[in-house]
Amino acid sequence: MESVSKIVSDLFEKDQEFVEPKPKPYSDPYLVGIGLGLVLLAAFVIMGRGLGASGAMSSIVAYGVNSLAPEHASSNDFYKEYIGDGTTNPLKDWLVFEVLGVLAGGFISGTLSGRIRVRVEKGNNISKKKRLLFAFIGGSLMGFGAKLARGCTSGQALTGGALLNFGSWIFMIMIFVGGYLFAYFLRRQWL
Amino acid sequence: MNAPFYKFNYFNSDISLVVAFLIGIGFGFALEKGGFGSARILAAQFYLSNMRVLKVMFSAIVTAMLGVYFLGVIGWLDLKLIYMTETYILPQALGGLILGVGFVIGGYCPGTSVVSFSTGSIDGLMYILGAFFGIFVFGEIYPLISNFYNSTNLGVITLPEVLHLPYGMVVFLVVIMALGAFLLAELSERKFAFRNPENEK
Repeated sequence: MESVSKIVSDLFEKDQEFVEPKPKPYSDPYLVGIGLGLVLLAAFVIMGRGLGASGAMSSIVAYGVNSLAPEHASSNDFYKEYIGDGTTNPLKDWLVFEVLGVLAGGFISGTLSGRIRVRVEKGNNISKKKRLLFAFIGGSLMGFGAKLARGCTSGQALTGGALLNFGSWIFMIMIFVGGYLFAYFLRRQWL
Repeated sequence: MNAPFYKFNYFNSDISLVVAFLIGIGFGFALEKGGFGSARILAAQFYLSNMRVLKVMFSAIVTAMLGVYFLGVIGWLDLKLIYMTETYILPQALGGLILGVGFVIGGYCPGTSVVSFSTGSIDGLMYILGAFFGIFVFGEIYPLISNFYNSTNLGVITLPEVLHLPYGMVVFLVVIMALGAFLLAELSERKFAFRNPENEK
């Protein structure tokens, strides 16, 4: 009788494993870094430019503003830079296609490692609603800061860092300064 | 000189978009594999318990930097043809500071938010919407801040030029600095292992 219940529970356990596969652990950060460095190097060698992310978001924002209020957009030098002269679609842009690739690449890796899950990532001491609000606020600051700095962690810190671009190194150091200065005030959210 | 290929017209701009998509796949794949789709792991960088951000970023920078350097030395890659943004000291310093604050509040940077969204994270999506909003605000007030935005411009300038050191020497110093940072990161992860979100499962 005991052995039967053990077999049943074993079956059940295996069933559970099957329904909810444990996500694979993340890869070694140094190996991932070397891989990422080779992707960046490939961009330099093939294209003569580095990686980016916030630039694609700017193209999308400029496209949206231009669709809703074309006169307003064309009177603003910032939007104009992304819209261009009107002969080509602003979304037909190198960084927009690159970021579409990032979406695909993240999805492929997530699928292979069993990490695709609809979720809200948060610390243990914060509600979902508050976390989503904070994500929006953080994103807004990041969008604004990235435009002021002419790039984000990808376009400035990573790309400019590897090219020893002076402004990118100032920018990278200041990211860490800003993060560590404010970490104390946000500790309830993450710890 | 054979590279950058695109600058030598090996292929046209339509093909360059295909290249963009493929390079993006590599970028997103590496970020996800490295744990950058998780806001808690990214934010833990600022609580010294999980230093993946520093480790991945600096090993990527060192790898690409060494590659560019050596391909340049053997004369195969023309470094002058690689696009670099001009330096604007104050806007870039302030921008970096705001970005750092946004990082610890939101838990992502633009690239990593895209990766987290691709694996189903709702907070990643909220972050992307926030970034759109922040860029929109920047665009709307751009006429008011364009003077500051264009201030303290030094043109295209590199660390070797600023430090008056040979290119190879700066490359060497960055490698040494990265190795030192890796050592500190390992020590810090050991000390704060009790609050590393990666150890929770």
